[in-house]
Formats: sequence, C-alpha cells, structure tokens
Amino acid sequence: MTDHTVSIAPPDRVSALTRTREVVLSSPLVMLAAFILAGVVLSAIFAPWVVPHDPVRLSPSVRLKPPSDEFWLGTDAFGRDLFSRIIYGGRISLVVGVAAAIFAVALGLLFGLLAGYIRWVDAALMRAVDGLMAIPSILLAIAIVSLWGASLWTVLVAITIPEVPRVVRLVRSLVLSAREEPYVEAAIAAGTPTWLIMRRHLVPNTVAPLIIQGTYICASAILTEAILSFLGAGINPETPSWGNIMAEGRIYFQINPGIVLWPGLIVSVAILSINLLGDAVRDALDPRMAKRGIER
Amino acid sequence: MVVYILKRILAAIPVMGFVALFVFLLLRLTPGDPAAIIAGDTATPEQLEAIRTSLGLNDPLAVQFFNWISQLLRGDFGTSILSGKPVIELIADRMEPTISLALTTIILSVIIAVPLGVIAAWKQGTLIDRFVMLLSVLGFSVPVFVIGYLMISLFSMQLGWFPVQGFKPIGEGVGQFFHRIALPTFTLTLLYIALIARITRTSMLEILGDDYVRTARAKGLPESRVLMRHALRNCSVPIITVIGIGFALIISGVVVTESVFNLPGLGRLTVDAVLSRDYPVIQAVILLASLIYVVINLLIDIAYVLLDPRIRYA
Repeated sequence: MTDHTVSIAPPDRVSALTRTREVVLSSPLVMLAAFILAGVVLSAIFAPWVVPHDPVRLSPSVRLKPPSDEFWLGTDAFGRDLFSRIIYGGRISLVVGVAAAIFAVALGLLFGLLAGYIRWVDAALMRAVDGLMAIPSILLAIAIVSLWGASLWTVLVAITIPEVPRVVRLVRSLVLSAREEPYVEAAIAAGTPTWLIMRRHLVPNTVAPLIIQGTYICASAILTEAILSFLGAGINPETPSWGNIMAEGRIYFQINPGIVLWPGLIVSVAILSINLLGDAVRDALDPRMAKRGIER
Repeated sequence: MVVYILKRILAAIPVMGFVALFVFLLLRLTPGDPAAIIAGDTATPEQLEAIRTSLGLNDPLAVQFFNWISQLLRGDFGTSILSGKPVIELIADRMEPTISLALTTIILSVIIAVPLGVIAAWKQGTLIDRFVMLLSVLGFSVPVFVIGYLMISLFSMQLGWFPVQGFKPIGEGVGQFFHRIALPTFTLTLLYIALIARITRTSMLEILGDDYVRTARAKGLPESRVLMRHALRNCSVPIITVIGIGFALIISGVVVTESVFNLPGLGRLTVDAVLSRDYPVIQAVILLASLIYVVINLLIDIAYVLLDPRIRYA
C-alpha cells in the first residue's frame, strides 16, 4: 500500500512547484490553456473596464442584431450586447467554480479524515457516501434548487454537495494507506493526540491529490452551473451567467445561433483549460501516475 | 455464487436506504412548510391540511420517515401538483424515450470508444493517441447542450439531414424512430465516449506491459489476437465498471439532451417539474434514477465474477 501515498515534505514542495512550471512550459497546449484561463479570469475581474456596453441595459431598438463594429458578437432578444454579457457572465461561473472547489475539498477533507482514521465512523459514513453517489448529481442539484429557491448560495450548495463524496473517498483512501506508515504508528505509540496526528502526518499526505481534485471540481462546478442555468434551475435569470445567456438564447436559436454558441464556446474553452491545467499539475505532482502512463 | 449474489443484494439495501433518507430530509430541512411545498402555490387551506394529515407532519420525524418508506414500497409515490395524476403514472408514460436514448447511447459509445481506447493504447504517444486523449478531455469540458445545439445547427439547419426536435416511439416504425433519435444519441455519445475511451486506454496500457502479453507476442501470435484475446479481455472489469459509474452521467446527460431535442422523456418531465416546483415528481425521479443506478452496479458486481475468475466471492 505504500506506493499509494504521495508525500509532500517541505523540500519536495519546492521541486513540485518547479516541476509544475516545467510541465506547464513544456507543452504548448498547456501554455495556451494557462494563457486563455488568465484572460478569462482577468476580464471577469476587470469586467467594468473591459466591456464596451452595459450588460443589463435593455435597448429594444437593437434586438437580435448580428455581429457588427458596435456589437462585436451581436445583441440578444432585449438588445443587450452579447460580448459584454459574456464577460460579466464569467464572474458568476468563476466564483461558483472556485467556491465549490474550496467547499467540497474542505468538507471532503474533514469527513475523509474521520472515515479514514476512526473506524466506527467509517462504516456509517461510507454507506452515506455510497447513497449520495447513487443520486445523479444533476438531479440532486435540481431538487435542492427547486426546494430552496434560486440564489447564488443555493446553487453553490446544490453544486457542492454532489462533489463531496468523491473527495471523501479520495481522502479516506489516502489516510488508510498513510496510517499504516511507521511514522504514524510511532506517533500513535508516543501518545500524540489524534488531532495532531491528523494535522501533522495525515493532512500533508492529502495536499497534492486534493489540489488536483480541486481543479477538476472547479471545472465540473462551472459545467454544472451552466447546465442548471440552462435548465432554468440556476441563479436569477436577470444576472448574466454563461448558462443564463444560453438559456435565454434557446428560443432564438434559429434566428441568431450565436447567443447560444458564443457563450457555449467560452464555457467549453474555459473548462477545457482548467482540465488541461489540472492534468498538467497532476503529472507534475504525482509522478506515480505519470509513470504509469495515464497521461503524458 | 448464490451466497455472493445475496450478499451483494443485502449490501445494496442500506445504500438505497440512505438515498431515501437524503430525499426525505431534503424536503423536511427546507425552511417553511413541507405541506405547502408539496401542495404548490395554489393550494387552499383545506388541501394543505389534508396533505399535512397524509404526510403525518405532526408525528415524530422517525415515524414520518417509516410511514413514507412503507408508502414507497407499496408503489405510492404521491400525486403531481401540476397535473393531479399519480406520479407513478406520469413516470411510466415518460419511460420510453429515456430508455431508448440511454440504450442507443450506451451501445453506440461502447462500439466506438472501446476500439478507440485499444488503438490509442496500442499506438501510445502517436497522433492517434493524442487525438483520443484530446477527445476525452473535450468530452469532460463541453456542456452536452452545446454539443446538442452544434448538432442541430449543422445537421438539421444547414444540411437538413435530421429533424430538429421530437420523438417517435419504436412501435410506429423503426426507420422513423432511428431518424429522430439519431442526433440526441450522437450528442450524448460524444460525452460518453470520452469516459469509456479514457478508461479503456488506461487499462490497456497497464496490461500491454504485462509479461503474458510479451509472451503472447514472443510466441508469434498475430497482433490482433494479442490485443483482443489477451489484453482486452483482461480490461473488461474496469471497462464494465466505468459503464456502470457512467450511468449516473448518462442520466444527467439525458435530462439535458431531452430538453434540447424536446424529447418527451423523464428528463423533460423533471425539468418541467422544476419550473413549476412540482416536488413529488422530482422526488420520485431521483428515487427511481438512484434505484436503477444501484441495480446496475449490483449487476456489474455480479458480472465481475463471471468475467474475471480471479475475483473471489467467498
């Protein structure tokens, strides 16, 4: 079981960072992904200075216009500038992605540590995890949003909950193999308090895999947010998010397909970039996986 | 063998129990009156009171839970707020498109993805391999409705090969059925190929490095026989596993795809239920989807033993 652990001692961390940089710089595709993602993040943060038009102001005289010098990607059914809306929409998607990743990792780490270290918690918690994983995540999210009403917080909870079980399983398996290590047995024998063992010996073993898992959760959360908004179970339709823009564009698809396809392209490229970066970080931090040739 | 199967079935029961508990608590933990949620916005005070009595909201939570479970076990999933019909009838009416789409997708995906994964592993590092890997990352990144709209835009609007939307039951003609379900199937297949091709490639890579594969090659077996008989057969367990796990993905994908292509299936029913806050319907669809997921994974567990004699079931 020892080969299942990925230990990150302080000296390792420096080399891991260097390796990450090496991996990112070595592949043109990953560099492109990093570049695109930086662009999306920066334009979302500085949206008010980037966009040429107000993303929510209605101007019925220019509804459903094709792309032009004034409206770079055309306008939607209410005469709002599509390009400006997409830039602003990135804010919601990125906030949801990052927040869901942080919450899911934090909760998963907590429950995973408990399940992996305390035997009697394990059995009950893992049955609950199995049950939660049996519910298709979109359906669970839909149910939560339809019960609690649509708001940013509800959507965040609805997206985070289905992601937690996977993190719990990951952390649990890491803890189970780490607790067999001689240094953990030595710490137990020396009477180290449980919380200290967890903090000092078990948590560090989970850092690298959790960073990787976190990037995938971020990507999947952005995807889920878009799907929820698209189905009408997302945040308030008045707030531009990538999913909302597409949802509104559905009925006008035959007139102006761009309303659906441009945000669709952006959301796809953004998620693709995060996934590619996640793969790159995984290859850098987890040499075991790279060695097995899961991805070069 | 029989003991093993019985054990697996017994292990699946607590999982379903937890699913039911989640669904139960979800409604009870919602701020506000569960009866008002069940009854919808237009309910009269008398209707509210009737629902309160039938839910037994004055009983302790544990009693409520067991009463609810025993209702479910008798096939009583409640009444839809929107149509007033029993939920179980609504679901039965909407099964066919969903099952059709799920089956055509799984079959087409396996036919395409397994050979892709085998070739990618066999030609590791080549252009084909990179293409398959990129395709599989794409499958995890592009929202399924974006693929759907691209399909409609290209094949229906530009080329006019397929109808934009709609569904014809297989009973009304096989040709019509496939003509209508083709685009939704292609859409979902692109998503599912990603998953299966990736796992096939990974497991093949591991096995192709094994000694017995080298032996098979050394004794002069044709490469196709080495790949199919020696390598792929031993990948069947992970591939079958991922097909089972992917079922949850298929359900999520079906919900979205049906919405894009306007198929009158369970997904469409669920989305309509969300828009009108028809919680009994959503609740029943969740329970049903989870049950199917658990049963499929149970069948897969049993299939392991049949496929791989190395797995002991003592």
